[in-house]
Amino acid sequence: MNLMDALFKKKSSSDVAKDRLKLVLVSDRANCSPEIMEMIKNDIIQVISKYMIIDAEGLDIQITQLETDGNNGNVPALYANIPIKDLKNGTKR
Amino acid sequence: MSEVIVITSGKGGVGKTTTTANVGTGLAKLNKKVVLIDTDIGLRNLDVVMGLENRIVYNLVDVVEGNCRVKQALIKDKRYPNLYLLPSAQTRDKTAVSPEQMKKLTDELREEFDYILLDCPAGIEQGFKNAIAGADRALVITTPEVSAIRDADRIIGLLEANELKRCDLIVNRIRVDMVKRGEMMSIDDVVEILSINLIGAVPDDENIVISSNQGEPLVGSDTQAGQAYMNICKRVMGEDVPLLNLGGKDSFWSKLSSIFKKGN
Repeated sequence: MNLMDALFKKKSSSDVAKDRLKLVLVSDRANCSPEIMEMIKNDIIQVISKYMIIDAEGLDIQITQLETDGNNGNVPALYANIPIKDLKNGTKR
Repeated sequence: MSEVIVITSGKGGVGKTTTTANVGTGLAKLNKKVVLIDTDIGLRNLDVVMGLENRIVYNLVDVVEGNCRVKQALIKDKRYPNLYLLPSAQTRDKTAVSPEQMKKLTDELREEFDYILLDCPAGIEQGFKNAIAGADRALVITTPEVSAIRDADRIIGLLEANELKRCDLIVNRIRVDMVKRGEMMSIDDVVEILSINLIGAVPDDENIVISSNQGEPLVGSDTQAGQAYMNICKRVMGEDVPLLNLGGKDSFWSKLSSIFKKGN
Protein backbone atom coordinates (compact mmCIF):
# COMPACT_ATOMS: atom_id res chain seq x y z
CA MET A 1 0.00 0.00 0.00
CA ASN A 2 1.58 3.28 -0.96
CA LEU A 3 1.00 6.60 0.71
CA MET A 4 -1.63 7.78 -1.75
CA ASP A 5 -3.69 4.64 -1.24
CA ALA A 6 -3.37 4.99 2.51
CA LEU A 7 -4.47 8.61 2.40
CA PHE A 8 -7.51 7.86 0.30
CA LYS A 9 -8.30 4.73 2.30
CA LYS A 10 -8.13 2.53 -0.78
CA LYS A 11 -8.51 -1.10 0.18
CA SER A 12 -5.45 -3.21 -0.47
CA SER A 13 -5.99 -6.10 -2.85
CA SER A 14 -5.40 -8.60 -0.05
CA ASP A 15 -8.27 -7.08 1.93
CA VAL A 16 -10.47 -7.24 -1.15
CA ALA A 17 -9.53 -10.90 -1.60
CA LYS A 18 -10.28 -11.66 2.04
CA ASP A 19 -13.69 -10.01 1.96
CA ARG A 20 -14.67 -11.68 -1.30
CA LEU A 21 -13.54 -15.06 -0.03
CA LYS A 22 -15.44 -14.74 3.24
CA LEU A 23 -18.61 -14.02 1.34
CA VAL A 24 -18.25 -16.80 -1.18
CA LEU A 25 -17.35 -19.33 1.51
CA VAL A 26 -20.48 -18.57 3.48
CA SER A 27 -22.66 -19.70 0.61
CA ASP A 28 -20.27 -22.55 -0.26
CA ARG A 29 -20.38 -23.89 3.28
CA ALA A 30 -24.10 -23.52 3.63
CA ASN A 31 -24.62 -25.08 0.24
CA CYS A 32 -26.98 -22.19 -0.17
CA SER A 33 -27.00 -19.98 -3.27
CA PRO A 34 -27.25 -16.17 -3.15
CA GLU A 35 -30.68 -16.49 -4.78
CA ILE A 36 -31.99 -18.60 -1.93
CA MET A 37 -30.49 -16.18 0.59
CA GLU A 38 -32.32 -13.37 -1.17
CA MET A 39 -35.59 -15.32 -0.95
CA ILE A 40 -35.10 -15.98 2.77
CA LYS A 41 -34.38 -12.31 3.25
CA ASN A 42 -37.57 -11.25 1.47
CA ASP A 43 -39.66 -13.71 3.47
CA ILE A 44 -38.20 -12.45 6.74
CA ILE A 45 -39.03 -8.87 5.75
CA GLN A 46 -42.60 -9.91 5.02
CA VAL A 47 -43.10 -11.70 8.34
CA ILE A 48 -41.51 -9.06 10.58
CA SER A 49 -43.29 -6.26 8.73
CA LYS A 50 -46.58 -7.63 10.02
CA TYR A 51 -45.63 -6.57 13.51
CA MET A 52 -43.23 -3.65 13.21
CA ILE A 53 -41.76 -1.27 10.73
CA ILE A 54 -38.28 -2.34 9.76
CA ASP A 55 -35.57 -0.90 7.62
CA ALA A 56 -35.62 -3.32 4.71
CA GLU A 57 -32.59 -1.68 3.13
CA GLY A 58 -30.48 -2.12 6.24
CA LEU A 59 -31.46 -5.73 6.77
CA ASP A 60 -28.53 -8.08 6.68
CA ILE A 61 -28.69 -11.84 6.85
CA GLN A 62 -25.85 -14.28 6.55
CA ILE A 63 -24.88 -17.79 7.47
CA THR A 64 -21.96 -17.81 9.87
CA GLN A 65 -20.23 -20.19 12.22
CA LEU A 66 -21.35 -20.17 15.84
CA GLU A 67 -19.08 -21.62 18.48
CA THR A 68 -20.76 -24.06 20.79
CA ASP A 69 -19.63 -25.34 24.16
CA GLY A 70 -20.70 -28.90 23.59
CA ASN A 71 -19.89 -31.07 20.61
CA ASN A 72 -16.42 -29.44 20.42
CA GLY A 73 -17.24 -27.60 17.27
CA ASN A 74 -18.84 -24.83 15.35
CA VAL A 75 -22.35 -25.04 14.06
CA PRO A 76 -23.67 -22.94 11.22
CA ALA A 77 -26.08 -20.26 12.31
CA LEU A 78 -28.38 -17.93 10.43
CA TYR A 79 -27.53 -14.45 11.57
CA ALA A 80 -30.00 -11.65 10.88
CA ASN A 81 -29.54 -8.01 11.71
CA ILE A 82 -32.87 -6.27 11.33
CA PRO A 83 -32.95 -2.54 12.11
CA ILE A 84 -36.36 -1.52 13.53
CA LYS A 85 -37.66 1.85 12.48
CA ASP A 86 -40.77 1.95 14.64
CA LEU A 87 -41.89 -0.50 17.29
CA LYS A 88 -45.23 0.91 18.44
CA ASN A 89 -46.86 1.03 15.11
CA GLY A 90 -47.20 -2.68 14.53
CA THR A 91 -48.04 -3.86 18.04
CA LYS A 92 -51.73 -3.00 18.02
CA ARG A 93 -53.36 -3.91 14.81
CA MET B 1 2.62 -46.48 15.91
CA SER B 2 2.28 -45.78 12.23
CA GLU B 3 0.32 -42.99 10.62
CA VAL B 4 -1.26 -42.67 7.19
CA ILE B 5 -1.21 -39.04 6.03
CA VAL B 6 -2.88 -37.76 2.89
CA ILE B 7 -1.53 -34.59 1.26
CA THR B 8 -4.34 -32.85 -0.54
CA SER B 9 -5.48 -29.43 -1.78
CA GLY B 10 -8.44 -29.58 -4.13
CA LYS B 11 -6.90 -27.17 -6.59
CA GLY B 12 -4.06 -28.35 -8.80
CA GLY B 13 -0.61 -26.83 -8.91
CA VAL B 14 -0.40 -25.54 -5.35
CA GLY B 15 2.40 -27.90 -4.30
CA LYS B 16 0.98 -31.26 -3.19
CA THR B 17 3.64 -33.33 -4.89
CA THR B 18 6.48 -31.05 -3.81
CA THR B 19 5.21 -31.15 -0.25
CA THR B 20 4.84 -34.93 -0.29
CA ALA B 21 8.40 -35.31 -1.57
CA ASN B 22 9.88 -32.92 0.97
CA VAL B 23 7.90 -33.97 4.04
CA GLY B 24 8.52 -37.63 3.21
CA THR B 25 12.24 -37.12 2.70
CA GLY B 26 12.42 -34.98 5.85
CA LEU B 27 10.75 -37.64 7.99
CA ALA B 28 13.21 -40.20 6.58
CA LYS B 29 16.06 -37.86 7.51
CA LEU B 30 14.64 -37.80 11.03
CA ASN B 31 15.09 -41.60 11.09
CA LYS B 32 11.50 -42.57 10.45
CA LYS B 33 10.65 -45.35 8.04
CA VAL B 34 8.61 -43.73 5.30
CA VAL B 35 6.77 -44.80 2.16
CA LEU B 36 5.39 -42.30 -0.35
CA ILE B 37 2.45 -43.39 -2.48
CA ASP B 38 1.59 -41.49 -5.65
CA THR B 39 -2.18 -41.92 -6.00
CA ASP B 40 -2.52 -39.73 -9.07
CA ILE B 41 -3.16 -42.51 -11.56
CA GLY B 42 -2.60 -41.42 -15.16
CA LEU B 43 -0.64 -38.30 -14.20
CA ARG B 44 2.35 -39.67 -12.38
CA ASN B 45 4.70 -37.01 -11.03
CA LEU B 46 6.07 -37.85 -7.62
CA ASP B 47 8.71 -40.14 -9.18
CA VAL B 48 10.30 -37.31 -11.21
CA VAL B 49 10.20 -34.85 -8.32
CA MET B 50 11.95 -37.49 -6.20
CA GLY B 51 14.40 -38.29 -9.00
CA LEU B 52 13.41 -41.96 -9.05
CA GLU B 53 11.74 -42.09 -12.47
CA ASN B 54 14.30 -44.46 -13.97
CA ARG B 55 13.81 -47.16 -11.40
CA ILE B 56 10.13 -47.98 -11.80
CA VAL B 57 9.29 -51.60 -12.53
CA TYR B 58 5.84 -52.13 -11.01
CA ASN B 59 3.28 -49.56 -9.91
CA LEU B 60 0.28 -48.99 -7.66
CA VAL B 61 -2.20 -50.60 -10.06
CA ASP B 62 0.02 -53.68 -10.42
CA VAL B 63 0.00 -54.07 -6.64
CA VAL B 64 -3.75 -53.60 -6.32
CA GLU B 65 -4.47 -56.00 -9.15
CA GLY B 66 -2.13 -58.58 -7.70
CA ASN B 67 0.37 -58.62 -10.58
CA CYS B 68 3.17 -58.31 -8.04
CA ARG B 69 3.77 -58.20 -4.31
CA VAL B 70 3.91 -54.80 -2.56
CA LYS B 71 7.61 -55.25 -1.80
CA GLN B 72 8.42 -55.72 -5.47
CA ALA B 73 6.79 -52.43 -6.42
CA LEU B 74 8.42 -50.34 -3.69
CA ILE B 75 11.40 -48.34 -4.94
CA LYS B 76 14.06 -47.83 -2.32
CA ASP B 77 15.59 -44.36 -2.36
CA LYS B 78 19.32 -45.07 -2.15
CA ARG B 79 20.09 -41.64 -0.69
CA TYR B 80 18.17 -42.40 2.52
CA PRO B 81 18.04 -45.75 4.27
CA ASN B 82 14.38 -45.52 5.30
CA LEU B 83 12.65 -44.02 2.30
CA TYR B 84 10.50 -45.85 -0.26
CA LEU B 85 8.26 -44.84 -3.15
CA LEU B 86 5.26 -46.62 -4.59
CA PRO B 87 4.78 -44.99 -8.00
CA SER B 88 1.48 -44.49 -9.74
CA ALA B 89 0.51 -46.03 -13.10
CA GLN B 90 0.85 -43.77 -16.09
CA THR B 91 -1.26 -45.63 -18.64
CA ARG B 92 -4.39 -46.29 -16.59
CA ASP B 93 -7.08 -44.10 -15.07
CA LYS B 94 -8.48 -43.50 -11.60
CA THR B 95 -11.17 -46.16 -11.88
CA ALA B 96 -8.43 -48.82 -11.84
CA VAL B 97 -8.37 -48.58 -8.02
CA SER B 98 -11.17 -48.48 -5.45
CA PRO B 99 -11.23 -46.89 -1.97
CA GLU B 100 -11.49 -50.36 -0.38
CA GLN B 101 -8.36 -51.53 -2.19
CA MET B 102 -6.47 -48.42 -1.07
CA LYS B 103 -7.51 -48.97 2.51
CA LYS B 104 -6.34 -52.57 2.37
CA LEU B 105 -3.00 -51.49 0.90
CA THR B 106 -2.35 -48.78 3.49
CA ASP B 107 -3.27 -51.15 6.31
CA GLU B 108 -0.78 -53.66 4.96
CA LEU B 109 1.94 -50.99 4.82
CA ARG B 110 1.27 -49.90 8.40
CA GLU B 111 2.99 -53.02 9.66
CA GLU B 112 6.25 -52.03 8.00
CA PHE B 113 6.38 -48.23 8.06
CA ASP B 114 6.18 -45.36 10.54
CA TYR B 115 4.67 -42.95 8.05
CA ILE B 116 2.66 -43.64 4.90
CA LEU B 117 2.28 -40.46 2.83
CA LEU B 118 -0.34 -40.32 0.09
CA ASP B 119 0.06 -37.77 -2.68
CA CYS B 120 -3.54 -36.98 -3.64
CA PRO B 121 -4.61 -35.94 -7.14
CA ALA B 122 -6.34 -32.59 -7.68
CA GLY B 123 -10.11 -32.57 -7.66
CA ILE B 124 -12.73 -34.21 -5.47
CA GLU B 125 -13.62 -37.21 -7.60
CA GLN B 126 -12.64 -40.85 -7.44
CA GLY B 127 -8.90 -40.18 -7.14
CA PHE B 128 -9.48 -38.03 -4.06
CA LYS B 129 -11.82 -40.61 -2.54
CA ASN B 130 -9.21 -43.32 -3.13
CA ALA B 131 -6.47 -41.26 -1.50
CA ILE B 132 -8.37 -40.40 1.67
CA ALA B 133 -9.91 -43.84 2.16
CA GLY B 134 -7.16 -45.22 4.36
CA ALA B 135 -5.86 -41.96 5.85
CA ASP B 136 -5.71 -41.09 9.55
CA ARG B 137 -4.90 -37.45 9.04
CA ALA B 138 -4.49 -34.88 6.29
CA LEU B 139 -2.17 -32.06 5.35
CA VAL B 140 -4.20 -29.55 3.36
CA ILE B 141 -2.08 -27.40 1.06
CA THR B 142 -3.13 -23.97 -0.11
CA THR B 143 -1.53 -20.83 -1.50
CA PRO B 144 -2.63 -17.32 -0.46
CA GLU B 145 -4.91 -17.03 -3.50
CA VAL B 146 -8.70 -16.92 -3.59
CA SER B 147 -9.09 -19.94 -5.88
CA ALA B 148 -6.79 -22.19 -3.85
CA ILE B 149 -8.33 -21.14 -0.52
CA ARG B 150 -11.85 -21.71 -1.75
CA ASP B 151 -10.95 -25.22 -2.92
CA ALA B 152 -9.12 -25.91 0.33
CA ASP B 153 -12.25 -24.96 2.27
CA ARG B 154 -14.28 -27.46 0.26
CA ILE B 155 -11.66 -30.15 0.81
CA ILE B 156 -11.64 -29.50 4.57
CA GLY B 157 -15.41 -29.95 4.60
CA LEU B 158 -15.13 -33.26 2.74
CA LEU B 159 -12.35 -34.49 5.04
CA GLU B 160 -14.44 -33.69 8.11
CA ALA B 161 -17.40 -35.48 6.57
CA ASN B 162 -15.15 -38.51 6.13
CA GLU B 163 -14.17 -38.33 9.80
CA LEU B 164 -10.44 -37.97 9.47
CA LYS B 165 -8.94 -37.69 12.92
CA ARG B 166 -6.85 -34.66 12.18
CA CYS B 167 -6.56 -31.99 9.54
CA ASP B 168 -3.69 -29.49 9.38
CA LEU B 169 -3.00 -26.61 7.04
CA ILE B 170 0.15 -25.74 5.08
CA VAL B 171 0.21 -22.32 3.46
CA ASN B 172 2.53 -22.55 0.48
CA ARG B 173 4.25 -19.99 -1.77
CA ILE B 174 4.07 -16.99 0.50
CA ARG B 175 5.74 -13.88 -0.87
CA VAL B 176 6.71 -11.75 2.07
CA ASP B 177 7.30 -8.65 -0.04
CA MET B 178 3.75 -8.83 -1.41
CA VAL B 179 2.22 -9.46 2.01
CA LYS B 180 4.02 -6.38 3.33
CA ARG B 181 2.60 -4.29 0.49
CA GLY B 182 -0.89 -5.60 1.25
CA GLU B 183 -1.06 -7.30 -2.13
CA MET B 184 -1.17 -10.85 -0.79
CA MET B 185 -3.13 -12.39 2.04
CA SER B 186 -0.97 -13.14 5.07
CA ILE B 187 -0.69 -16.51 6.83
CA ASP B 188 -2.98 -15.16 9.56
CA ASP B 189 -5.58 -14.13 6.99
CA VAL B 190 -5.63 -17.62 5.47
CA VAL B 191 -5.81 -19.34 8.85
CA GLU B 192 -8.61 -17.03 9.95
CA ILE B 193 -10.64 -17.83 6.84
CA LEU B 194 -10.14 -21.60 6.91
CA SER B 195 -10.11 -21.89 10.71
CA ILE B 196 -8.06 -25.08 10.99
CA ASN B 197 -4.75 -25.72 12.69
CA LEU B 198 -1.72 -24.33 10.87
CA ILE B 199 1.17 -26.81 10.74
CA GLY B 200 3.52 -24.81 8.55
CA ALA B 201 4.12 -22.06 6.05
CA VAL B 202 6.48 -22.29 3.10
CA PRO B 203 7.85 -19.20 1.34
CA ASP B 204 7.88 -18.89 -2.43
CA ASP B 205 11.46 -19.96 -2.96
CA GLU B 206 13.13 -20.41 -6.35
CA ASN B 207 15.22 -23.19 -4.84
CA ILE B 208 12.07 -25.35 -5.02
CA VAL B 209 12.18 -25.18 -8.81
CA ILE B 210 15.89 -25.94 -8.82
CA SER B 211 15.42 -28.92 -6.52
CA SER B 212 12.66 -30.43 -8.61
CA ASN B 213 14.78 -29.84 -11.73
CA GLN B 214 17.44 -31.98 -10.10
CA GLY B 215 15.08 -34.51 -8.57
CA GLU B 216 16.40 -33.89 -5.07
CA PRO B 217 14.02 -32.67 -2.35
CA LEU B 218 15.55 -29.66 -0.58
CA VAL B 219 14.15 -30.36 2.88
CA GLY B 220 16.67 -29.57 5.60
CA SER B 221 18.97 -27.64 3.25
CA ASP B 222 20.13 -24.14 4.05
CA THR B 223 17.28 -22.47 2.18
CA GLN B 224 14.10 -20.85 3.50
CA ALA B 225 11.89 -23.51 1.96
CA GLY B 226 14.22 -26.28 3.13
CA GLN B 227 14.02 -25.05 6.72
CA ALA B 228 10.25 -24.54 6.51
CA TYR B 229 9.75 -28.12 5.31
CA MET B 230 12.01 -29.52 8.00
CA ASN B 231 10.00 -27.66 10.63
CA ILE B 232 6.80 -29.12 9.20
CA CYS B 233 8.27 -32.63 9.51
CA LYS B 234 9.10 -32.05 13.16
CA ARG B 235 5.61 -30.73 13.83
CA VAL B 236 4.10 -33.75 12.07
CA MET B 237 6.04 -35.86 14.56
CA GLY B 238 4.54 -33.87 17.40
CA GLU B 239 7.41 -31.53 18.23
CA ASP B 240 6.59 -27.97 19.15
CA VAL B 241 8.59 -25.84 16.71
CA PRO B 242 7.95 -22.10 16.38
CA LEU B 243 7.02 -20.72 12.96
CA LEU B 244 9.85 -19.40 10.82
CA ASN B 245 9.99 -15.65 10.76
CA LEU B 246 9.40 -15.09 7.07
CA GLY B 247 10.54 -11.51 7.35
CA GLY B 248 7.19 -10.55 8.81
CA LYS B 249 8.30 -8.06 11.40
CA ASP B 250 12.03 -7.61 11.72
CA SER B 251 12.05 -6.60 15.32
CA PHE B 252 15.25 -5.74 17.07
CA TRP B 253 15.05 -8.93 19.10
CA SER B 254 14.52 -11.25 16.17
CA LYS B 255 17.49 -9.73 14.39
CA LEU B 256 19.59 -10.10 17.50
CA SER B 257 18.55 -13.70 18.06
CA SER B 258 19.25 -14.61 14.44
CA ILE B 259 22.79 -13.28 14.86
CA PHE B 260 23.24 -15.54 17.87
CA LYS B 261 21.78 -18.52 16.05
CA LYS B 262 24.29 -18.08 13.24
CA GLY B 263 27.01 -18.06 15.86
CA ASN B 264 26.02 -21.53 17.08
